[in-house]
Amino acid sequence: MDRNKQAFDPAAAEAIAARLKDQPGALMLILHEVQDRFGCVPRECVPAIAQVLNLSRAEVHGVVTFYHDFRAQPPGRNLIRLCRAESCQAMGAVALAEHVSGRLGVGFGETTRDGNFTLEAVYCLGNCGCSPAMVLNDELHGRVSPARFDELLAKHREGRR
Amino acid sequence: MSETVYVPRDSSALSLGAGKVADAVVAEAARRKIDLRLVRNGSRGMFWLEPMVEVETAHGRVAYGPVAPADVSGLFDCGFLTAGAHRLALGLTEELAYLKRQERLTFARVGVVDPVSLDDYLAHGGYRGLGRALSMSAEKIVEEVTESGLRGRGGAGFPAGIKWRTTQQASARRKYVVCNADEGDSGTFSDRMIMEGDPFVLIEGMTIAAVCAGATQGYIYLRSEYPHALHTLNEAIDAAYRRGYLGDKVAGSPHTFNLEVRLGAGAYICGEETAMLESLEGKRGMVRYKPPVPAISGLFGQPTIVNNVVSLATVPVILERGAAFYKDFGMGRSRGTLPIQLAGNVRHPGLVEKAFGVTLRELVEDYGGGTWSGRPLRAVQVGGPLGAYFPPSMLDLPMDYEAFAAKKGIVGHGGIVVFDDTVDLARQARWAFEFCAIESCGKCTPCRIGSTRGAEVIDRISQSMRTGDRETAMGLLRDLCDTMTYGSLCALGGLTPLPVLSALRHFPEDFGLSRSDVAWTV
Repeated sequence: MDRNKQAFDPAAAEAIAARLKDQPGALMLILHEVQDRFGCVPRECVPAIAQVLNLSRAEVHGVVTFYHDFRAQPPGRNLIRLCRAESCQAMGAVALAEHVSGRLGVGFGETTRDGNFTLEAVYCLGNCGCSPAMVLNDELHGRVSPARFDELLAKHREGRR
Repeated sequence: MSETVYVPRDSSALSLGAGKVADAVVAEAARRKIDLRLVRNGSRGMFWLEPMVEVETAHGRVAYGPVAPADVSGLFDCGFLTAGAHRLALGLTEELAYLKRQERLTFARVGVVDPVSLDDYLAHGGYRGLGRALSMSAEKIVEEVTESGLRGRGGAGFPAGIKWRTTQQASARRKYVVCNADEGDSGTFSDRMIMEGDPFVLIEGMTIAAVCAGATQGYIYLRSEYPHALHTLNEAIDAAYRRGYLGDKVAGSPHTFNLEVRLGAGAYICGEETAMLESLEGKRGMVRYKPPVPAISGLFGQPTIVNNVVSLATVPVILERGAAFYKDFGMGRSRGTLPIQLAGNVRHPGLVEKAFGVTLRELVEDYGGGTWSGRPLRAVQVGGPLGAYFPPSMLDLPMDYEAFAAKKGIVGHGGIVVFDDTVDLARQARWAFEFCAIESCGKCTPCRIGSTRGAEVIDRISQSMRTGDRETAMGLLRDLCDTMTYGSLCALGGLTPLPVLSALRHFPEDFGLSRSDVAWTV
């Protein structure tokens, strides 16, 4: 699955902001929609959003960087979000994290050199009855053993463009 | 007559392949030219049996599980549509011991109904609570909620009736009802199961709160990690609008109530109610000083009822059956039932709704069946990342807010994470500080700085070779925990010492210490 939905277009980001600006608490709605559209919230869109909402750039920057979800760069073609919280720890998530990191050759928050995989940490997916849990391109997986991870990885390695 | 087959749409069931099982059921039925009605229900909350497929029969629903897509053809072969024998057959769902011994009030419909069918909801007693509320005065509704003894199920355990009364009595042009659906505690998923399995009960509970307080706008602040809950909630909200249960003249009454789901963006701190309100306002999720409390000055400075999903989803049954009925369950000052979540290294993980007073042992051993790995149980953490770690010797503790407080723990949101004997409690204690550092909003110093210093001090205790160094480090830890407990603005910094000190108190050997070294933690 291609996560880079569209190349960033400042005018489109401004249009999103203009359309949503009168909603109560508009900034979060705007940032979500920008990220849905472009796969990230590029730093370049901050001035335009700030202007539309009559906020300072610092205020918008502060919100963008506060939340773990909003990224400045688009992720790789495949996005892996691995849970590192207690329930998953109890089921081997620490070893799984090392395995995943080793297989991909990247740490958390990094993208493989070929741009195929981004690895992110997440703290609880609410799938604690089926730990360890992981999200691969919007699909939730439970009871992810290192072997199961390798299977999933192989599938997405084959599917790379 | 067409047969009805249930395959859950719950996230956990989907994470184990329920989607593919549902596809296989439909494909196989078409191949065999069988007219079949497929319902995508919520989960019954027995995750070791998921994906669990149910079939409606004259005697009740029968269950099969865990079903893999490859099993589906065999299920048809052995006549599962008429409860045929199969190696995955579990018998009548309602007779399964795990379910039968529960007291499901809040979860009565979860896994039973089609979550997005308003007709199904009505057929299973839905909107009776609102019906009764509409015949009552606002004061009387507050009284009913207060009298039921319902306390905040999000973790704080604050009496819901007091919040409601405060907002109801406040005068303002606009009031709000906000549902906190930022279920971030590891080991918890009851909010998610409600939202995915019976979203109308949450909508009804919020509507009752709105009618009571005179609020016209509601928001469900949902964590972004729950995309399936988002879709289910939005489908249910649309249906409620179409049928006049939301919008103007709610259920034919003079009340207006509009409801919208808003998404968080991955911040644990937004489960703290004032940080959540900031986030809803489109700001950084920074904790507010209290007072003023949100019940008086909440969202956009207006009086706001803020409750957790499970609290609000429990309101309809209280209004329907009366405060006395609900209050009859429970012990001490913990009235009613608690949806407990068994998670981590446990053989039978799932959702167990029981009256307060059920012991950890009953939950972990009888329901949970011990560890998943089969190794000895070493610790349970109750109440999420800010909850205490308890050793097996303390499993007779009853689920009760006060009993837990007396043992320096919290019931929290009712999550229990089980660990086997491979756990290293020094590592878990360090992790508690690390997590606090990752998720701190940064507003108050004890939490922002203390969390990082705490992780370093744990290292010094674990790695010190000389007794003197270790004692110095422990003195520092003691001071630090005091500062965080009493000096933090909210529960994140304030409760982080709980898992840390419980790990030291009950498992000193993991830090290379003896019981006498940690006497100060008792």
